[in-house]
Amino acid sequence: MAAITSKRGPSLNPLDSLKNKVGLPYLLLLPGMFWLLLFFLAPILTLVSTSTKVPGAGIGEFIQVHRWANYWDALSAMHTQFIRSFIYATLATLLALAIAYPLAYAIAFKSGKWKNVLLVLVVAPFFCSFILRTLAWRQILAQDGFLFKILQFFHLVNSSTQLTASTLAVITGLSYNFLPFMTLPLYASLERIDPRTMEAAGDLYANGFTTFRKVTVPLSMPGVVAGTLLTWIPAAGDFVNAQILGNPNTTMIGNVINAQYLQTTNYPLAATLSFILMLAILAIVLVYIRRAGTEELV
Amino acid sequence: MNKFSRWFSKNLIRIYAVVGFTYLFIPIVYTFVFSFNNYVKSNLVWRGFTFNNWKNPCGVLDICPALGNSIKIGLIATTGATILGTLIAFALGRYAFKGRGIVNTLIFLPMATPELVLGASLLTMFLNFGFNPGFWTIVIAHIMFCISFVVVTVKARIASLDPRLEQAAMDLYANEGETFRRITLPLVAPGIAGAALLAFSLSFDDFIITNFNSGTTITFPLYVYTHAERGLPAQANVIGVSMFMLALIIVLAGQFVGRKRKTTA
Repeated sequence: MAAITSKRGPSLNPLDSLKNKVGLPYLLLLPGMFWLLLFFLAPILTLVSTSTKVPGAGIGEFIQVHRWANYWDALSAMHTQFIRSFIYATLATLLALAIAYPLAYAIAFKSGKWKNVLLVLVVAPFFCSFILRTLAWRQILAQDGFLFKILQFFHLVNSSTQLTASTLAVITGLSYNFLPFMTLPLYASLERIDPRTMEAAGDLYANGFTTFRKVTVPLSMPGVVAGTLLTWIPAAGDFVNAQILGNPNTTMIGNVINAQYLQTTNYPLAATLSFILMLAILAIVLVYIRRAGTEELV
Repeated sequence: MNKFSRWFSKNLIRIYAVVGFTYLFIPIVYTFVFSFNNYVKSNLVWRGFTFNNWKNPCGVLDICPALGNSIKIGLIATTGATILGTLIAFALGRYAFKGRGIVNTLIFLPMATPELVLGASLLTMFLNFGFNPGFWTIVIAHIMFCISFVVVTVKARIASLDPRLEQAAMDLYANEGETFRRITLPLVAPGIAGAALLAFSLSFDDFIITNFNSGTTITFPLYVYTHAERGLPAQANVIGVSMFMLALIIVLAGQFVGRKRKTTA
């Protein structure tokens, strides 16, 4: 720290400056790493330790017996919800990609001096509370909501159609709520593309679509990878969308874990499910990163 | 035909963008319109226009204390996470040291872990140690999950700096401290400001982690969630829309100042 605070000249003591050079990065890391070790890593270890406990004699009492079979039990009981969560998250991510890519493309290449304003407008809706937005969607999609009436006018739905409390509503809600996590990385990678590469493709007789497919898309892959990950991870662990926009048949693993923690208070089962969810997501993410060929994410 | 298809493809993306923005803003417009609803008990059916909710945003029980908690937690967590994360970003962006891989992993893991697991595991630990959840456990949790986002944002800014600027300062006999204070820090500052804004928005809007570690403390998202089934007052819409407008003003003002500085520099 002396190197930063001293005002005049380099330190006179050569040993002192050597010590600073070696120790400074660790000094900078210390408080943040301490925080993450104490409030991220230690809780995860507590979670693992809780996951192998079994209910004891008293209510809310659990004994550590290192019962790893808990994992098998939890998986066989809840595999439907796990699979459903991953399918919903994947569909929601693809939908978000389909919406965000043209949006990010338009902002990066077609917006001229409005670029910054449009970029702010993409993020701004997400400052209006997450829960409020999801509740708004429920009202909008409801049978007496205005979107339903518009669709009815065009005969796209009839009075027996149910838009809320459906799989479609949950997936749409997930993709809507995590859209900025998709749009911003996409925009960042598209904006970095040198327009001359596209001009060069045009000079080499590629038409607009070929240029897009062979130049723009490959160069924007880092944004696609980052965006899909940042959307997929929270979507796979979410329970709010399924709670507000779903029905009992759209229950995701997040709903189960949440209920096991806060209503049933079966902490070992909740911990087991949480740890399986974390490992499954990590495994899928690592495979995905390996296949997409982007190593440096952070 | 070629001309037409070019016109079409050129404008297709614009049409698509308009549709995309409409989709983004539908819930906001809905929330805005219903903030003027002369509601009775629950704000689900339109009962006529009124300014009452906007004149009296604190008119319902508990809503403003919840908002106050969210703002307090947001400010404390943002300060904490921005300081801790910026220090880490400088270590990673400026120094070679042993154990870099471990640090990178520890930064990456919280971002790859669903919020549910972060919140649940933290609660499990607090309960195991007989720690009662409340205001400060929310702050602890928020600092924890914001750090990684701050590190990533600030590190990207540090990586984009032109190293020649610092070399030039050193050539002009500035020592390490002066170079840092007068060249590096001002250049990284927009990145730090962006990271702080991101941390505040993540903290302010967080529901899942907060829900686990709140005890009896109520934040604004918790208020909205718990009142959703019993009927949400239109005041919640007023606060939601105000936050949206406030964010819009702050960010646009930031953009404007940034552009002005760029043109005068």
